[in-house]
Amino acid sequence: MPIIGAFWAIIRRDLLLAFRRRAEMANPLFFFVLVVTLFPLAVGAQPNLLRTMAPGVIWVSALLAALLSLDGLFRSDFDDGSLEQMLLSPHALSILVLGKIIAHWLVTGLPLLLVAPLLAVFLGLPEQAMGTLWLTLILATPLLSLIGAIGVALTVGLRRGGMLLSLLVLPLYVPVLIFASGAVDRAASGLPVDAQLNILLAMLLSALVLVPLPTAAALKMSVN
Amino acid sequence: MSWIPAPVSRFFHRTSSPPYFYALADRFIPWLTVIFIVLLGAGLYGGLYLAPTDYQQGDSYRIIYIHVPAAWMSLFIYVLMAVMGGIALIWRMKLAEVMLISSAPIGAGFTFVALVTGSLWGKPMWGTWWVWDARLTSELILLFLYLGVISLYGAIEEKRAAARAVSILALVGVVNIPIIHYSVQWWNTLHQGPTVSKMDKPSIHVSMLVPLLLMAVAFKFYYLIAVLQAAKLELLKRETSSQWVKALLEKQA
Amino acid sequence: MENSQHASLQASELSCFRDERLLFSDLSFELHPGEVLLLEGANGSGKTSLLRILCGFREADAGEIYWYGSKISDSNYYNDMAYVGHADGTKKELTVLENLKFALALGSVGKYSIDQALDKVQLAGFDDNPVHTLSAGQKRRLSLARLLITHNLLWILDEPFTSLDRQGIKLIESLMAEHIAQGGMAVLTSHHDLSMANLNLKRIHLQACQ
Repeated sequence: MPIIGAFWAIIRRDLLLAFRRRAEMANPLFFFVLVVTLFPLAVGAQPNLLRTMAPGVIWVSALLAALLSLDGLFRSDFDDGSLEQMLLSPHALSILVLGKIIAHWLVTGLPLLLVAPLLAVFLGLPEQAMGTLWLTLILATPLLSLIGAIGVALTVGLRRGGMLLSLLVLPLYVPVLIFASGAVDRAASGLPVDAQLNILLAMLLSALVLVPLPTAAALKMSVN
Repeated sequence: MSWIPAPVSRFFHRTSSPPYFYALADRFIPWLTVIFIVLLGAGLYGGLYLAPTDYQQGDSYRIIYIHVPAAWMSLFIYVLMAVMGGIALIWRMKLAEVMLISSAPIGAGFTFVALVTGSLWGKPMWGTWWVWDARLTSELILLFLYLGVISLYGAIEEKRAAARAVSILALVGVVNIPIIHYSVQWWNTLHQGPTVSKMDKPSIHVSMLVPLLLMAVAFKFYYLIAVLQAAKLELLKRETSSQWVKALLEKQA
Repeated sequence: MENSQHASLQASELSCFRDERLLFSDLSFELHPGEVLLLEGANGSGKTSLLRILCGFREADAGEIYWYGSKISDSNYYNDMAYVGHADGTKKELTVLENLKFALALGSVGKYSIDQALDKVQLAGFDDNPVHTLSAGQKRRLSLARLLITHNLLWILDEPFTSLDRQGIKLIESLMAEHIAQGGMAVLTSHHDLSMANLNLKRIHLQACQ
């Protein structure tokens, strides 16, 4: 079967697997909402304070939710030997990896968009920023899956890789956080956000091209 | 690689052999130490004693003679680590792997020094021990990048695989450093504009510049000494079962 | 080296360290179509490491492996080989059929269709059963079904007879015999001795040194 067939096959397979484990699918969503809820509890519920913090809080929580869901990207395949079979496939591992990342984003990143309006209401985010919030989520959540994939690939072979994964991935997430929450913040004040969105788009496109290869190399190392 | 002249490639082949490198490092370290001490002395004398007092900041500015070279080294070493990572991945050179992982704690150390001295510099200037200005924040993230490399290497038991992992991580990190740097800069611009740059004329007086550059070179020699020492140790650890290590230990006994 | 122009799989002076221990060094062998290589040795002697090197999961510390004269990384090796290891390589939430369809997507079409292969491993009718409902022996037979549906010349098997009863063992041996008779090759580790007749069997015994 040609490589493009394998690419779609792996996306289909991963989506099917996620569906079979659909109880787990809601976990990142719950976590996202829960973390956002913690902030008013911690800093007090003054509307002005929450409104100012809203873009940052939503985005940090999205980041943490993405981080938590990353482990599922390669864990199951690593444990049951499917990852080895992918390495042995004549097809380029980078393409298979890209397929897995796309499927992972569809299952863990995209749903965050559904919950975003609720969180905007919780924190009093101005209406005019809502569109930007959605745009940043749609541009940056795939970026989080892509960047995170490298970290997961490096740590999947470790028994307690969770904390190390955060250490590796969070510094790399910083630019995404800065531009995404910065954009929403500016939109809340009515300022133009084209520059920030364009930068996010550029980062996304670069990551689509640049991430699969080191991720595949890291997987080969982990399967060692 | 036919475009590399034969003597150069022969030098690389010989040097990358662990026992040869070990002996070479042993010979060089004393000389490097002498040069380092001389440069350090000259730099400190020029910076702490000879250079005039700054009309704005008084004498407290003198910490830049540690802070700025340390910050430069923190970036320089990471880039070097990435280069060694590339060499290790492409040519499977064990020495490159060893130099990479030996450099990481040294780079982290310089980053830490840059952060602490930056904070010390900030106290008389801004009144607080920490400000979230662009350069300090970037340095802080760089420290995490270094800690990531060190932790990842420590977490993977098989050192050959660990070396490949940190090579990949160093390359990924080095690509991200400019991105992080510019995004943090966009995020906040409190720090005074860079006063020394390769391209334009430095905006500080030459009597302050010369000690700064002396310190920068001195720190590079320090790095060389430290990395050679650490590399020797790492080589011993990774090659414990080989002949040359056994012979070395027997000789020392 | 009279047969070297026909040697499909050639290992040349392989060395392997694991955790600073030397497992084997200067190990060389050749395998031709119609031959089976059995790796023997105690646990920890390096059999699995050698298999993993043959699969390309690990790089040998020294030496090379050639497939029809080219290094395995530069050749069609991965199109021509298949591996069944300790782990089944199947997803337990997916059905038998879904697993095999995916395995086919990762490789190229082989001699048997999925239905024929399931028939051969005596899992016919289990198409829509999720893998987690299968017994250990059935899961093992499913992994081996994978070998039948994809195109491959070389089988690399790590303890293929685990979890199988006598009937299962005879089944796998007959599948292997058929594969060999059709010009295939196999490298395997096994605690159980092969009782296949007319077998062109080579053995390598690994002994832990130091």
